[in-house]
Amino acid sequence: MGGNREMLQRYALAVVSHLLLVVAWYLFVEIGHVPKFVLPSPAATIQALLVPNYRWVENGLVTGVEIFGGYILAVAFGIGTALLFSWSRTLEMFVMPLLVSLNMIPKVALGPLIIVWFRYGIGPNMMMAFAICFFPIVLTTARGLREVEPDLIDLVRSVKGSRWQIFTKIQLPNALPYIFSGMKVAAILAVAGAIVGEFLGSDRGLGYLMLQVQVTLDTAAMFMAVILITLIGMALYGIVLGLERLLVVRDARIQ
Amino acid sequence: MGEPFIHLAGVKKVYRTRGADFTAVSEASFDVEAGELVSLVGPSGCGKTTLLKILAGLHSHEAGDVRIGSPEQPFDPSRDIGMVFQQPLLLKWRRVIDNVLLPAEILGLPMVASRARARDLLTLVGLKGAEDKFPYELSGGMQQRAAIARALIHDPKLILMDEPFGALDALTREKMNLELLRIWREAKKTIVFVTHGISEAVFLGTRVVVLTAGPARMADNFRVDLPHPRTLDIKTGEKFGEYSRRIYRLLGME
Repeated sequence: MGGNREMLQRYALAVVSHLLLVVAWYLFVEIGHVPKFVLPSPAATIQALLVPNYRWVENGLVTGVEIFGGYILAVAFGIGTALLFSWSRTLEMFVMPLLVSLNMIPKVALGPLIIVWFRYGIGPNMMMAFAICFFPIVLTTARGLREVEPDLIDLVRSVKGSRWQIFTKIQLPNALPYIFSGMKVAAILAVAGAIVGEFLGSDRGLGYLMLQVQVTLDTAAMFMAVILITLIGMALYGIVLGLERLLVVRDARIQ
Repeated sequence: MGEPFIHLAGVKKVYRTRGADFTAVSEASFDVEAGELVSLVGPSGCGKTTLLKILAGLHSHEAGDVRIGSPEQPFDPSRDIGMVFQQPLLLKWRRVIDNVLLPAEILGLPMVASRARARDLLTLVGLKGAEDKFPYELSGGMQQRAAIARALIHDPKLILMDEPFGALDALTREKMNLELLRIWREAKKTIVFVTHGISEAVFLGTRVVVLTAGPARMADNFRVDLPHPRTLDIKTGEKFGEYSRRIYRLLGME
């Protein structure tokens, strides 16, 4: 089928562009004789994985837990808050402006405070990830729950449908594409949140490791850490994208 | 004949907004016999949609009587109304057949029987074979056919249509008019059809109720004496022209 071929071509091109980047990186380092502490070669970067002291697995797991934990909390509380708003207009008018104001606070600036309040560790870093991705999820979910055609509600009311039926059969499925658009934005933010948390204060995790190897100028290890962080982020994004494919009809997806 | 199926007498609806009151409907009085297809025609702001929503029990009214149902045709307001709007308003995430089933689900009707009925209705509206498609795979006209099937699923006695073909292109609209007449004959429902198309109102209606705007009031109510089944040729006939002119005159367009 034509569609399949086009898709295959798309994937092939994407893979090629990624490989080309690695090749360009390799050639740049080799031909330009760039010192290793400035820009390590792809091979040197991979070799950094072999240093047992860096405890890649443990640090990777810690960062992964922070990102996924904070993210899942934000999704749960974000959707929950938006649901409460859709049930009580007064509550929304009371709390939403407050959330908007609070969202203006640069979350990174809260880092030192979080350390004072909660010390440092996985929990506070999770909280940082949570704080940074909570709001976009509330916002998009609330919007999705609100954007229902009034005529559609009339249609349900004309057969004496209950508020609950309107909610489960119309509002909630209608909001799903919006929820996913918020979740996709939040997935990227969650990674940044957790890493910033680790930079500000931590004794484990890939962000922490980066600060450690910075001191010894092991740039290859820093590169590897960035790559691993990116891979964790891509995994999260991929899961969300997969869920969206599964749950949201193509036509309704928000790009 | 006994009592009419729908009886409206002096119905009035006023929207109260800050500052001024806005009369959306006034002096609406007409009867509809069971099995009629009544066109409500008028310009925007004449209150035809408001009147439709009053019939649907979705809006209250200030004055006058609205009675639906007769001893021969008892009316249950919770399950004897089917609605079709200008937009098909199909749920994007449901397949066509599951869209048609929505009112049946809400009413808690037995699902196996309803599913079989939904298939029959999709055949009736000319969508056989599209049961498992998603709305985005259908054209605008086909989506509106599905919306009509959805309005019929719970076997209501009264179908209320609010400019259902207003968003379609002119040719599809003509075709849907013929289709609607066929569906109406086969399903044997009472239909109240809101439109701003004068020719559409005459072509479809067994009766036409004319509403005027500014101020909103009912201006005329007459039987359309054109034989059924109707074909597009009647539009060129003299009688059709007379009816159309009668409406144009009332709307101050002649």
